[in-house]
Formats: sequence, structure tokens, C-alpha cells
Amino acid sequence: MRKTKWTVFLSLILVLSIFLSACGGGGNNNAGEGGNEGGNAEGGEGKSEQVLNLLESAEIPSMDTTQATDATSFNAMNQIFEGLYRLDENNKPVLGMAADEPKEEEKDGETVYTFTIRDDANWSDGTPVTANDFIFAWKKAMNPDSLSQYASMFGTAGIKNANAIITEGDPLYGKVDELGVKAVDDKTLEITVTQKVPYFKSLLTFATFYPQPKDFVEKQGDKYALETDTMLYNGPFVMSEWNHGDGWTFEKNPEYWDNETVSLEKVTYKIVKDVATGVNLYETGKVDRAGLSADFVDQYKGNEDFVTRLEPTMFFLRLNQKNEALANTNIRKALYLAYDREGLVNVLLNNGSVAAKYFVPKEFAFGPNGKDFREFAPDGFLADKGAEEAKAAWEKGLQEIGKDSVDLEFLTTDTELASKIAEYAKEQFQTKLEGLNVTINKQPWKQFLELETAGDFDISTGGWGPDYPDPMTFLYMFETGADYNRMNYTSEKYDKLVSGAKKETDLEKRWKMMQDAEKVLIEEDFAIVPTYQRGTASLMKPYVKNYFLHPFGADTSLKWVKIEGK
Amino acid sequence: MGRYIGGRVVSMLVTFLIIASLTFFLMKLLPGTPFNNQEKMSESQIQQMNEKYGLNDPVPVQYVTYMTNLFKGDLGVSFQQDGRSVTTIIGERIGPSAYLGFQSLLIGTIFGLLLGIIAALKHNTFLDYGSMIIAVLGISIPSFVIAGMMQYWVGVKWGMLPVAYWEGFEYTIMPTIAIAAAVTATIARFMRTEMLEVLGQDYITTAKAKGLTSTAVVIKHTIRNASIPIITIMGPMVVALMTGTLVIEQIFVIPGLGEKFVSSIMTNDFPIIMGTTLFFSILFIVVILVVDVLYGIVDPRIRLAGGK
Repeated sequence: MRKTKWTVFLSLILVLSIFLSACGGGGNNNAGEGGNEGGNAEGGEGKSEQVLNLLESAEIPSMDTTQATDATSFNAMNQIFEGLYRLDENNKPVLGMAADEPKEEEKDGETVYTFTIRDDANWSDGTPVTANDFIFAWKKAMNPDSLSQYASMFGTAGIKNANAIITEGDPLYGKVDELGVKAVDDKTLEITVTQKVPYFKSLLTFATFYPQPKDFVEKQGDKYALETDTMLYNGPFVMSEWNHGDGWTFEKNPEYWDNETVSLEKVTYKIVKDVATGVNLYETGKVDRAGLSADFVDQYKGNEDFVTRLEPTMFFLRLNQKNEALANTNIRKALYLAYDREGLVNVLLNNGSVAAKYFVPKEFAFGPNGKDFREFAPDGFLADKGAEEAKAAWEKGLQEIGKDSVDLEFLTTDTELASKIAEYAKEQFQTKLEGLNVTINKQPWKQFLELETAGDFDISTGGWGPDYPDPMTFLYMFETGADYNRMNYTSEKYDKLVSGAKKETDLEKRWKMMQDAEKVLIEEDFAIVPTYQRGTASLMKPYVKNYFLHPFGADTSLKWVKIEGK
Repeated sequence: MGRYIGGRVVSMLVTFLIIASLTFFLMKLLPGTPFNNQEKMSESQIQQMNEKYGLNDPVPVQYVTYMTNLFKGDLGVSFQQDGRSVTTIIGERIGPSAYLGFQSLLIGTIFGLLLGIIAALKHNTFLDYGSMIIAVLGISIPSFVIAGMMQYWVGVKWGMLPVAYWEGFEYTIMPTIAIAAAVTATIARFMRTEMLEVLGQDYITTAKAKGLTSTAVVIKHTIRNASIPIITIMGPMVVALMTGTLVIEQIFVIPGLGEKFVSSIMTNDFPIIMGTTLFFSILFIVVILVVDVLYGIVDPRIRLAGGK
């Protein structure tokens, strides 16, 4: 009897250990290989191994160009697909699938661009990229059934009928064949625009404007772009491995028309969510670039690998004018002036972020004269005013609303950084504005969005990154009744300037109107309190050359990257 | 025994249905949409998406649809990863979690039992105190602290083991230690207490009086009897460890299930929340049954209902 019980116990252990060893077998294959990659390939003169190892903080949600909405997807797509143009080192659109600059023809107030697609533009299976592949992908995105969130980009580009096709109730709604694009023959693509926008070519570098291999996609059906073998590639790289939840690998695409320019043979991506882990992987040479959080910046500042980058992403506070106090311009002005942004960016963020008293970011949009949009007010509005003026405005405002104290709820998200920033803002406001009491309301992201959309807040934290390289991608947000105008701001003057700029064909005038609009938004109405323009700090190995970063669309281009002197 | 297990399986099914229903309705209380990029979607876009995915239907209708699909074995597709099914996602992530869980459990149990037994047999000596200090440390230092320190010192500074990733046995060592520390500590303390209690029992005195060697007394009578309660705590521990731990998976970049579970809740990925919850509950229900059956086998004093 006794023996049987022990046998049961022992056999359980045995079963467990069999299970363990069975599991262990599978993962072992790459171990040896992985060990060599990061380490010492020194000595070889100029013949460095052309392998780049990178990190991403999230899984790729979608590789279907009509469905993607996030930075990770756009970034991956830019390496393995290509549109008519792609962004170069200076963020200028350079020819991609297009063989030449298009022929332009004006008639009846419309402009027709005729693009010729390269003869040597092929998909990775050797079949040619045709004009129909572009039209197929674009109409797929425009089709209301596909619910493509970026379908509005076709309208932004001024393409004929694009807005009507995605507007419910319009006679053209859903009629994708009415879109102003036409395949004249296999290699000739005509795009008709009803409004010429200055950033037209830049838009064509965006993922929604990529082609998709029509026959192949139709054959794959639901499975298209779910795995590496259900996609075809026309960019500098192909995706050779995709381990969902773990990472993915790109390899040089021999079918790419410009493959002579591409140096990298292989790029690996691993999904790493923990910043400290990323730094440790960097230190052991496993990865060539790692992002830093504020607590690591002090440790690495001054290190030769330390790099910062200013992104065109803006953070700001929405002041809800449904609140009686916040409906008062002087109260809003006081909040705008009381906030010390230097302390925020230098101490709390400490990552290359810049204090912002403006809403259209620096180093982002360049006007008809080639100058930065920000040049008309480089330091923002009322840059030299501070706590004293804030106090004056506050007292005036209180008088106007006939109160001596104000309670405001500050809605924010529950991440560590958001909490710190909220505490900072609360302290700034309460110490400088007497009689102000701020209560912080921290909510998980999804709940935060619900409350904000419903207008259920007094002050809320907002962030915005551009969808196309033009100030309008920021300024349209706060037109009266616009989707992102969640703070009940309404100004006829502002609306007139923004809608005017949308239609204006004189680029100089248009530029001026947008600058005036920003001035109204901030210096006259104090509709929002901009706080900072985001910077990011990273470590990057000095042997990684030509790693180009872009302010909109995909973050990076790996086409030109070289490993030198590793 | 057969009848007992049969009855238990029926009640397990009922439990499962209750869990599935409760989770479904609780999940519907989560604020916000399950869509990526919600912050940039307009009201009408959200409405269209809701319509497409049946999220505008009344909750009872959604419930019936969900349960019907569930019985057909269809758990749906993830909202966060275009068109990938829940079963595929769980399938590709359970491997690393289960492997790491079993390995930590095995190591933790072996060391825990050893420490506990030594501590009890050498009661009130420095070995006892030493073991218990280890146990207290193992419980009170959070696993992410152990993990972070190991990663920095063993991985970066001494370069003895890979810092992170999941590519072979040497990659499993540090995460295993980080998880096993708490297991060791729990089992050691438990074992020590049980051993001390058993050592004071009359039957031990009897065994000694019979003239058994002290080794025989310890192995045959003390350890065996003291092990019975260990089975109780092992049950939930198996499930907890097998289903993965968010923190360890994030620190060591392990593509496991724990991370997916937490992130699905953060992003309202309804089908994944349901899928993982149901998967965890099935595991749990089955493990509880196994524990109860094992009891009957290991300890003849415990009679299972119906089995005579």
C-alpha cells in the first residue's frame, strides 16, 4: 500500500520532468547564434556585419496598410513597403515607386497628376508593381466597409470626391469608383485633385497611400498580412520572421529597385516594454539603440552614445469652458501664465523635451519660403510674462466672476509620468494663484478618454502628434464643434481663419492665416495651455550611421542605414 | 471514485458557466472602446466600428452570441491584433509561461522542502534560523527587485547569463530563480511548521519506541505526514505560476501569457480578456479536482464522498 502512494508521487515528478525537457528542446536553436551577434566583430576593417538590432515597445497591431493606426505598424511598413515617394534624410519626399516627378495638367479648376511607375518596381515574388495595385489599395481604404481610420487622408490630399465618398448621407457615399484616381495602363497612374495642397507629395509617403498587390491580396482573403508568408513586399526589406508578441526580423529585399543603396542585410526587432531591460540589453551589446526614461538620463548624459530628439508631439491642457470660472478669459490667462514649463522639462522630463508656449511644434512644418512655421513667434506667446502677470489676471478674473476661490478638477491618466506631471501642475497653480484649489482625478486610459470625450472635466491633459506635415493637422482640432474640441471652445475669429486657410490657394497668405489662428487660439483666447513639446532620449551605438528619423508618418527609415567600424 | 469524479465534472461545468457569464457582464462595465487609437477616432468612426463588431447590440444579445460561439469553440479574434484568433494568441504564449512556471515550481518545491525539513529537524539551531531568514527574505523581497538586481549584476556586470530574451535554457535561469524564490520561501515555512507539529504527535513517539532508526522515523512518518498539507497550497500555486507573471515576463522579455492578460484588460481587448480568463478558470477548476483526488490517494484518512 505505502509503496503505491510513493509510486504515484514519483511518477508525477517524472511526468513533470518529461514535460519540462520536452519544452526545453524547442527554444534552444537560436541560443548560440544570438550569443555571437551582439559581441565582438571588431578587427574587420570596414567589413562590419550589416546587422542592426532594435527594440520596439509594442507588438505590431496590423500590417494591412488600410488598417494600421499606430506608430509601430507605420514604422515597420516604411521598411518593407513603399509608396510613390518616401521621406529622405531631410524629410523631403524623394521618388519611390514613381519613376519621375509627375506631369501636371490643369483643367476646369482641377489638377491631374500623371505618375509613371518604375519599370523595375517589383513585389518580392517578382511580379511588377502596377498602377492597379495603388488603385486597389486606395479604394479598399476608401470603402466604408473596411472602416479605415485614415481614409480621410485622401481628402486631406485634395483628391477628387474623397471627402464625399466617406461622408454618410452624401450621394457619393461608398461609391469608391468615383475617387479621382485612374490607371491609364499598367505603369501609368492618374490622380485628380480638386485642391492643390502644398504637402501633397509628403502625404504620398504615408502608409495609407502604399500599393497592395491586388491578385495576391484577393487570393489571401482574411489571411492577408497576418503572417510573413501572406504578404508581399515592395520596400527595401522583406519581413522574414514575425513571432507575434516577441519580435520580428527584416532581411534585405533582392527585388527592391534600389537595393544597391541598401546596406543592412538583416534587422531584428524585439518587443521590450521595460526601460531598464532595454538599457541592460544595450550595455551587453544585444541591441544597438535603446530608449531612456528620465531616471536614466542623468546617468547617461555626457556619454558619447547619448542622443536626444525633438518630436513634433505637443502636450497641452484643455480648459473646459463649461466650467463657469474657466469660461472667463482672464482666469484662463492666469493658468496659462502661472505654469512654469522650465521646471517641467528640465527636472521632471529631463529628456530633451522643450517648454512650449505654442501649439504648432518646432522643426516640423516649413513654409513657402522654406522657413520654420515657428519663426514668427519662436518662443511662443507672452513668452516673457510669468507669475506676476498671472496673479494680476487671476485677481481680475475672480472679480469678473464675483468669487474669491475656485475649485477645479484636473483629469489625467494613471501612468507614473502622468501622475507626476499632474502633481507638478497642481503645485504650480495652487502656489501662484491664491484661492485656487485643484483636485487631481487619475483614471485608466480608456476611462480617461470616455470622460474627456463626454466633457466631464475642468482641466484635462492632452497630447497630439501630426498626421501630415502641415500646421493644419494641429489647428483643425479646435474649430467650433470639431471632434477634438472637447472643451467647448468657440471663436468665430479662429474658425474663420482656419476654414479660410483650408481653402486658400495663395501659400503665403495661407501660412499667415494659420499663424494668426494660432495667435488667436493662445494669445487672445487662452483656449488651451500648451505645456511642452516632447523630446526623447536614447542611447545609440556610434557605429550605426544614417539612421534617419522623421517627424510624421513612420518614425524611422532604415533604407540608408550602415554599420561602420563596429 | 469514478462516480465521485463524474459528479465533480458536472459541478465543474456549472462553475465554468458561472465564471464565463460573470466575466462577460463585468467586462461590459469596463469604460471605453476596445479599439486601437481611440484618442484619434471621431464619434462617428467609433459608432461605425461598434456597429461592425456588434458592440451596439444590447448586452443580453451580445451575451447569447458570445456563449453560442463559445460552445462552438470559437473565442473570437483580438481587437488589438488584426484578425488573429484568441486561440492562436493563447496557444503561442502559453508555452513559455508554462515552461517557466513548472521549472520554478519544481526548483522552488525542492529547495523549499529541503529548507523546511532541515529547519524543523534542527529546531532552534542556527540552521533553523538561517533557513527561516532565507524564507522571510524570499517572501518579502518582491520578485521584480530580485529580477532587476540579477539582471544588472549577473547579466550586465558579471556577464554570466544573458540579460533577457527567450532563446534557450540559459535564458530561463534568472527568471526561474526570481519566481522560485517566493515558492521556496512559502513551502519552507509551511513545511517547517507541519514537521514540527508532526514531530510532536503520539505516533512518532510510538515509532521511536518501536525501535525504528531516527532516519526511518523522519522519512517514513514525519516527512510523509507533513507533506499532505503542502498539496493544498501547491494547487493554486501551479495555476498561478503556469499562467505567467507580468513583471517577470516584462523584465526578461518572455513572450508569455501573463503580460498578454494584463495588457488585454488595459486595452479593453474583450475577446482576449474572456479567452484568458476562461483558460485560467479551466486550469484552476481542473487543478482543484486533481488536488482533491490526490488527497484521497495520499492520505487514507480522507474519504472522498461516494468512494468507499
